[in-house]
Formats: sequence, C-alpha cells, structure tokens
Amino acid sequence: MNDIRLQVMWNRLLSVVEEQGRTLVRTAFSTSAREAGDISAGVFDVQGRMLAQAVTGTPGHINSMARSVKFFLDRIPAETMKPGDHYFTNDPWMGTGHLYDIVVTSPAFHKGKLVGLFSCTVHVVDIGGIGMSSDAKQVYQEGLRLPIMPVARQGVVDEWIMDLVRANVREPVQVEGDIYALMACNETGERRLSDMLTENNLDDLEMLGEHIITRSRAAMQAEIAKLPKGSWSSHMRIDGMEAPIDLHAKLTVHDDHIEVDYAGSSGQSGFGINCPYCYTDAYTAFGVRCIVGPEVPNNYGSLEVIKVTAPEGTIVNAMFPAAVNARSTIGHMLPDVVYGALDQALPGRVPAEGTSNLWNLKLGAGSGLTGPTENPFMVVMFHSGGAGARPNQHGLSATPFPSGVKNVPVEVTETVAPLVVWKKALRDGSGGAGKWRGGDGQIMEVSHRHNEPFAIFATFERVKYPARGRNGGADGANGVVRLGSGPDLRPKGMQVIPAGDRLVVEMPGGGGMGTPD
Amino acid sequence: MRTRLAVDIGGTFTDLVLETPSGTHSHKLLTTPAAPEKAVLDGTEQLLAKAGVSPAAVELVLHGTTLATNALIERKGARTALITTEGFRDSVEIAYEHRFAQYDIYMERPAPLVARPLRLEVPERIAADGEVLIPMDEAAFDGIVETLKANRIEAVAVCFLHAFTNDAHERRAGEILAAKLPGVSISLSCDVCPEVREYDRASTTIANAYVRPLMDTYLARLQQGLAAFGVASPVLMMMSSGGLCTVEAARLYPVRLVESGPAGGAILARQVAAQNELEKVLAFDMGGTTAKLTLIEKGRFHMARSFEVARAYRFVQGSGLPIRIPVIELVEIGAGGGSIARRDALGRIQVGPDSASSVPGPACYGLGGTDPTVTDADLLLGRLDPARFAGGRLALHEDKAAAAMAPLGSDGAVGIAEIVDETMASAARVHAVENGEDTAGRTMIAFGGAAPLHAARLAQKLGIRRVLVPKGAGVGSAYGFLAAPIGFEVVRTRYMRIATLDAAVLDAMFEDMRAEAEAVVRQAGPKGELVETRTAFMRYRGQGHEISVTVTPGATAESLYAAFVESYRGVFGRAIPGLQAEVMTWALSLSEPVADPDKVVAVPALAAPAPIALRPLTDPADGITRDAAVQPRDSLPAGTQVPGPALIIEDETTTVVPFGWTGTINAAGQILLEQSLLETTP
Repeated sequence: MNDIRLQVMWNRLLSVVEEQGRTLVRTAFSTSAREAGDISAGVFDVQGRMLAQAVTGTPGHINSMARSVKFFLDRIPAETMKPGDHYFTNDPWMGTGHLYDIVVTSPAFHKGKLVGLFSCTVHVVDIGGIGMSSDAKQVYQEGLRLPIMPVARQGVVDEWIMDLVRANVREPVQVEGDIYALMACNETGERRLSDMLTENNLDDLEMLGEHIITRSRAAMQAEIAKLPKGSWSSHMRIDGMEAPIDLHAKLTVHDDHIEVDYAGSSGQSGFGINCPYCYTDAYTAFGVRCIVGPEVPNNYGSLEVIKVTAPEGTIVNAMFPAAVNARSTIGHMLPDVVYGALDQALPGRVPAEGTSNLWNLKLGAGSGLTGPTENPFMVVMFHSGGAGARPNQHGLSATPFPSGVKNVPVEVTETVAPLVVWKKALRDGSGGAGKWRGGDGQIMEVSHRHNEPFAIFATFERVKYPARGRNGGADGANGVVRLGSGPDLRPKGMQVIPAGDRLVVEMPGGGGMGTPD
Repeated sequence: MRTRLAVDIGGTFTDLVLETPSGTHSHKLLTTPAAPEKAVLDGTEQLLAKAGVSPAAVELVLHGTTLATNALIERKGARTALITTEGFRDSVEIAYEHRFAQYDIYMERPAPLVARPLRLEVPERIAADGEVLIPMDEAAFDGIVETLKANRIEAVAVCFLHAFTNDAHERRAGEILAAKLPGVSISLSCDVCPEVREYDRASTTIANAYVRPLMDTYLARLQQGLAAFGVASPVLMMMSSGGLCTVEAARLYPVRLVESGPAGGAILARQVAAQNELEKVLAFDMGGTTAKLTLIEKGRFHMARSFEVARAYRFVQGSGLPIRIPVIELVEIGAGGGSIARRDALGRIQVGPDSASSVPGPACYGLGGTDPTVTDADLLLGRLDPARFAGGRLALHEDKAAAAMAPLGSDGAVGIAEIVDETMASAARVHAVENGEDTAGRTMIAFGGAAPLHAARLAQKLGIRRVLVPKGAGVGSAYGFLAAPIGFEVVRTRYMRIATLDAAVLDAMFEDMRAEAEAVVRQAGPKGELVETRTAFMRYRGQGHEISVTVTPGATAESLYAAFVESYRGVFGRAIPGLQAEVMTWALSLSEPVADPDKVVAVPALAAPAPIALRPLTDPADGITRDAAVQPRDSLPAGTQVPGPALIIEDETTTVVPFGWTGTINAAGQILLEQSLLETTP
C-alpha cells in the first residue's frame, strides 16, 4: 500500500472520530458537554491502543481515556464481545479520574469480525454522593461507582442497571440521557468505520493502525532527538485544601523518549482534590506535547514516548479509596510544573505560569443544603482566569490552559438557574507585568434571583500562591473569593451565600514574561 | 419571460448576467474596490450594448455582493461603538473563553470589532424572564453621547442582556441616541438578532452596525447611478438565506447580505437539480481559495442559524466572528486551485488553507509563484491543457510547476490532488452527518473554476456516481440570483416547554411573525400567494443543541412532540424514551414559490467528434497515465457522449472525464458525468 493511500485513510479515520465526537456534543445533556465541549471520543485497535481522537475541549479526558480501554479489555476479553454491546465505567482509576466522568467503550465489528473499539466520555450532571464538592474524605462519599460492566448487550440496554443508576443520582433523566448519547456516539463511529473499511477493501484496521502508531512515534522521536539531553527539576507550591501542596517534577530527555517523575511531591490530601495516576499522566503528556511535536497527531504512538511516573500515595498518584472529585485542581497545574523544568532545557520556548485551574462556579440550592426552597438547582458555569505570558506574546485573558473548554453564556445560566450575574468583566492589571504581560483574570458577581441563600462548591486555586512570572516577569494577581458584603470565603469547600448577599469572584491573572521595559 | 439583470460583486471579479425573452448574456470585469458601483455600471452598460437591450427595458435588478464580508475580513468598516448593560462591556472580548487550537500555545482570538474605550455601559438590568430588575438610567446617556461625539462615531450597536425577551430598554436607548446623534446609524440587538447568548448576539449586532454606513452609501450611489443611466427598475438584494429582499431592508440589516455569493451558487445548483428532477444533490463550488459544499434535498436547502465570518486561523472553527443570521447551511474549506501544499513534520502532504491567490498565483502561471499549488498538481497530472488555459490567454508553464513540485517528491502531484480531494470529502461527510444525511447516492453539481477538475474524483470518494457541470459555471452565483425567490425570515427566541405549550399562544406568535415577514416581502413586489414555513428549534429538556422541526399551522403539543421524536430519530439514530422536549427558538420564512424550471428533455445519443488533441492524463485513483481526448465544450452538440479518459475544455474551466466515466452533453448544454465501470479503488 502506498504512502498517499495510507495518508488518505488516516485522514478518513480522523473524520470518523470527528463525526463520533460531534454526535456526542449534539445529543448530550450536561452543560459541561453541550456548552463547554468537555468530552472525548476516539477509536482504538483491538489491543486497546488509541489510533485517533476527536478534537474536543479536554486533554485530560482524552489522554486518560486512551489508557482506559486497556482496562476494559482486561475485564471483558475481546473474544466475548458481541455486536451491539456497550460497556461502561466511572471508576476514577480505570476511567478518567473522578466519578462524574462516565466512559462508554463499544466493540466495532466489520463483516462479523472485531476490528476495533470506540470509546467516549462525558462529564454527567450528577453522580449522587456529596455532589460537586471537594469536601469528601473517601471516594465512597463522592457518589455511585460503576465498575467496568456491560450496559447494553447485543443492542439491548440493561434496564436493571439503568434503574440502579437512576436511583443513585439527583438528575436521573439527564444522566440516563447522557448514557444514551454516549452509546449513540460510538454507534456512529462503528457505522462510519465499517463504511470506510468497505470502501477501501480492507478487512481490519491492523495495517493502518500500525502505520499511524509507527509514523507518529517516529515523528515524536525525531522531535525529541533535537532536544538537549539531561535532567532538569522544578518545584511549584499551590494552595491545597488543608495545607499547601508541593509539586516536584524531574524531567529527563532521553535519546528517544521523555520521562517525567513526580517523586518528592506532597502526599495525598484528606479531601477530594487527589489526582489518580491516569489524570496525572494525561495532563503531563499534554503539557509536554504542546512544546515538543505539537503538530504530531495525538495517539498511542505519540503518547508512548512520554513516560510519567509518580510514587504511590502522593497527591499525583492517589490510591483507592482517596477522594478525587476535584482532581483537576491538581491535574491542571501539572503542565506549569513541567514547564518549570522544560524552560531550563529549552529557554524561551515555554509560557509563564497561568491560572491553570478552571475557576468554574459550581452553585446550587436545595433542601438540606441551603434550606427549604421552591427553586432547587445545581449549575456549573465554566469560567477561567488569565493564562501565562507566552514567549514574545502577551498571555490570553480569561482563557483556560491546559484545559480547552468553552464558557457557558450568562443568558443561558440565568435561563436554567435562579441566578443573576451582575458583572462579568476583565480584571484590569491582574496579569503579571513583564515585557510580555500575563493574561488578565475576570471578575464576576452573582446573586440569587429571589434573594434566597445559595451554595458554592468551591475548588479554586492560586488564592494564596500566585502564578509565577518567568525571566523577570511579575507574578499574576492572586484570586479572591468573597461575599459582596465584604468577608472572604474559603477557596475550597461548600459554603452558603446568605440570603440577599452576593458572591464576588476575582479570578487570578497569569504570570508575566521578561523584565518590563 | 421578463428582462432581468443579475450582478454579483466578488473579491476579484464582478459578474453580470442578463436574461431576456430572446436569450441570456453574461459579462465579467474586474471589481473596482474603491467605488464598487463603477464596475457594476460599466459592466451594465457594456452588457446591455452587447445584448442590444435598452436600459429602460430592464424590469428588475438582482444584486449580491461581498462588500460587507470584505469589510469585516479586512476590518474596513465604520467607526463603531457598543453600548451594553453595566458590567458587561468585556463580553465581546472574553467571547467563548476558549482555545480553538488545543496544542498551539501561540493561538490568538480575533480582536473584537469595537475596542474597549468605545464599549460603553449603561446602568439597567432585565432578568431572564423579562422582568426589569434595574430601570435604565437615561441620564447616563449624556456622558455616552459626549464620548461618541468626541470619537466621531459613525455607527452604534446596542446590546443589553435579555433584550430578546424584553426589548423596552434597547428601544428607548435607540430613541435617545437617534435624537441626540442625528446621522449616526444605530443597530439594536432586539432587531438584528433577537436570540439568546449574549456574545453571539452582540457580535452580530456589532457586525451589522460596522458595515451599515458603508453599505448604505454604496447602495444609494448604486441606485442613483442606475437611475441616471436609465435603469428605472427596482433593485432586490440577495441574502445569505438564499432569499431576496428590498434595498430598504438591506440597508437596515446589511449583515444579512454576508455570504450572498455562496448563496447564489447554491441556488444555481437547486435550479439545475429541478431541471433534471434530482431529489438528493451535493452542490460543489471550488474557486481559487476556498471550496463550498451544500446539501440539497428535494429542492430544499438545510438552513443554519449561524456561521463565522473572517476565520483567521486556518479556517478553524472558533477563530472567526460569530454571526447569527439565517443562512444556507454550507461547509467552507480552505481548498482551492491556489491552495499551497507542503510536507509536515511527519512527511505528510498538507494542502492549504493559505493560497497563492491571483498574485503571484500558482507556479505554472509564471508570474513569480514558487510554491506548489493544487493548480500546479492539476497541470502535471494532465488535467489542464497548458496551451488552451483561459482560452489561451494565459500560457501555463509545466517546467515551473514541476520545479515547484520537486521538494514534495515524485508522487507530489498525485499526493496533492488526493489530499485536497480527501480533505473536501471529509468535510462533506462530517457536514452530512451533522444534518442527519449521507453523501452516497447523491448527484453532485459542480461549478466554479476548479470544481469540474476535481468533481469526478471527489464524487468517487463520497460514493457519488453522477456529476452535473452546468453551463456558465464561471458566473454561477449571478445565474443563481435569477432563480432566487423573494423572501424573508423572522426569528424569535421564546422558550416553551412542550408539556405546557398553549397552541393558541403559538399560533398568535406565528401570525405576528408572518405579518412582519409579509411587510418586507410585499414591499419587494410579489402580489400572489406566498409559501410559509414554520420551524421550531427543539431539543430534549436539558440538552444544549437543537434540531429543526417543521411546525404545521394549528400544531398541538402532541403533534409537535411526535414531529420532534421523528426528526431526532432521523438525525441521531435513536430517540430517548419518556423524556420531555422544549423549544428555544422559532422561525417563520415567507417567500414566493420557487419557479419550476423547464425540465431537461432526453436527446438522441451522438458519438463524440475526433478530439482536437490527445493529452496524457494521470488518474490518482489507480496511478495509471492514459491518453485523454481533448474536446472543446462548445463544439459538442446535445447528446454527445464523451468516453473517459477525456478533457472537455472551455474558457473558465476544464471538466475531467476519468477512465471508466462517460460525459454526456444534455439538452440544456450541461455535462453529465456518469461512472460507467464498476468501482475503482477510492
């Protein structure tokens, strides 16, 4: 088979997963999926190696899903899979790091033969337990845990399992709808893959898969070969929940791979901000790949050359039954830690530190949380502080990095929840000064539409320890969370905004780059 | 048949088509960007002289233009200010807060059309349910007016939160500004785009304000010029929705004229489909810089509610300015004859989206270009005849094309052709799935300078076996204007749950919308019966994306729910049992009936004449080079069957008939390409 035909089929496979991902966004129920694009979708070979992924909002989902399919194959041997089967899990250590993410993996058959697997992930509206909070002490408190199991067999949905799910979540209709959306997404992928194989007179994905992985791995290795060899270390301290957290990374450039080790990082937290290894691996690899070989497509081959290790029991390799609900609090910080080391190897190539952790407003009200109310609600508003200055460019204001999610429009939030957003403005001067300025954060003020109390499930970082500037650039401003009436709120944990008061959130700025002129 | 003149102003050329009872005439001349009406008036004079028609005999002028689009892309609109709810002036800068290019740390979002010092705030607040939380502070306008005057502002956009639910504050703001700032054009979001999502609505309203003074003066000069020349007929404007409106409506909502050129092309394709009685069609328009693909079902387009203009980053979704207006749904790809090819870090060939455009042009033009382009690849594959390109007026240089291609390796030309066709095929497939459709089994209608070169191969990749190349494909958009119906669409965002839907309230709202649309349509002339389409944009409660559902007059909650479930199943394969549905947005479109064109009749088959030359033609499908017969299109009478491999040449383009395909000239002079042999390798 000649090179051009292989390239054409590779492009075709990318369009298959793109269709798969679009189907998921268009049919999903949770705002995180439908507005923010917080999903992943991809195709895998029969060994569970990711060949292609849809371009969606979150590297954390994608790269952890890339590992998850192997767990499915371990639990459900390939030879027992049947057409029309769908399997799912939300196990934080086998899926994508917390219970809110449901991963559905489905076998794809062509002419009666298993040719690959499709997998996709959605962050559902609710998973029971303590809710969106980081207050849990163990994963058991965080909600329903679904081990890897079939949710549909040969096209028939298991209604007993659906009953179990519905009985354990606060929004049964929407969660069930999202599970349907996940199955529809993989079914679209399977149909399109079969069309593609027919049109190309192929019996399976073996040859194409090998080509994709080999070519991608080689391209990454060629990029790595250009780097100076050696080891570099970095350290970043962040707020944490009960105590500050130290993140240490040692980055080693070998001839044909890059190794990142987090030895020396803080131990597990007693609260739900712990990060399972899969999510640590996902964001570390993403951070490295933004600098080394960003043009190389993301798949097993390009991810394989980045090896991530972390001692068990550290906050970046938290062990069962640690609470992990807000694992992104840690995971989103890891590219900044990696860049601290990479900057020494490749001066002038990496950005300054940014807000990094999403400043999502997770708000709600309901009996038992805030008192009796006619208007119970749960809502997540995706929002971001400032990103770090880039080499020769200012940092992006109010923009996430490393996450890539979209925000939720204020008018949409106010339509689905009894809230009024009074202000949403750039926070002037919050980006660190520098030859290149850090991105500014933003200020939001929110009150209850009927002046009732409402709760915030806070998981904010960079309130005590700022995003640091690089090469003489100033640090970004710290974040502030407070009541409109004055008093500060804690940056993490569930708290109630009293009736008639406002929530004021001033999101952090990104670090600057270089000494200001 | 009446005497009608269609004029399409493009970035490079102004195309004119004159339809008279005795025949159709066309003309093409260079656009005059400084005063676009000059090319229109010169071209009109030349075309009327050529056709021997007096100016007074013209009964209707149909006009489409890229002026508004270009002003947005080149940022050459009016000095514009934005007035917004206190606390929200940064919304248009914060946009969606996202990075559309995941792995590129250097990505930049497009800057808003209005810079921060000209984004001014007014204390006022309306809640999601329309209740006034803070009355508007009218005294605040004193300071605002001072700022606007000091900055010599020409246009103002007003966008308050939830104005699509309660427009009282915006309307009052409009009155105050109009009284204090005579001569300044004012655009209100509740008029331009009464839909939820503050960033999209503000972006659309600003775009409208930004192009309005320019379009206003241009249209006035055009009307004066035409009148002075003796053309006394009404002028109707082509909109992105595929309908025509009056100049007066266009002057109020010029943003609706953006993308009118592609709309004209899509209408041409619909006309060709009707002539040939085709139900499922894929329109394929490929020019120098971009390609556009449009699905047509039984004479109907898929309609979209929004698109992006001025995508600044490799045509990537999210890198442009969102515009929410009714638009014919089409997918636009940065792939045209001028698209430049290169190898990436993995050694893969990448084509576009950057283009060699007309200066310096593809390497083979010999005008200084040195990068390999799609046209260079087409030449080296034998698809173009170097001596007869553009009617022989521009000699093509094979040696220069080969030199440009050398860095890509021996398979460069095949590689470029295959990759660009595959890129378009991928875009078509994703576009089809988003509309719940498939590409296989359709007929492709190909027009634009580069499309007939690539149509057959693209068709193979999409499971399409029939391709039609219309006559006059080079001025396709202007031809399309002649077939466009006069029409207007009104959109309202009004949230309703199906469970609590009141059929009487619904009907009253649609009657109101009909009256608004009818006022616009009747002004443009039609006296007879109008075709009305009511649409609901529906979803299951809790979803974020809607699908369109046709609403019949007198619809009830039950019938609407049933129609939704059926549409949902059609798009996504399976419906979800037991879930409630809701509607966010309603639309009513009103137009003249689309004229039913004469059907193409069958003609007896004729053998092809002897070719004027033979040219080696490489087929990327199998890599084999065969001798192709070169046939001038105008020498082929109706019924002629040209077996592939062949090249059917004309001034504006060349139609490639691959091995295994046959090209037949039908009674309307269109070329029908059909795959006669079984599938070759895709």
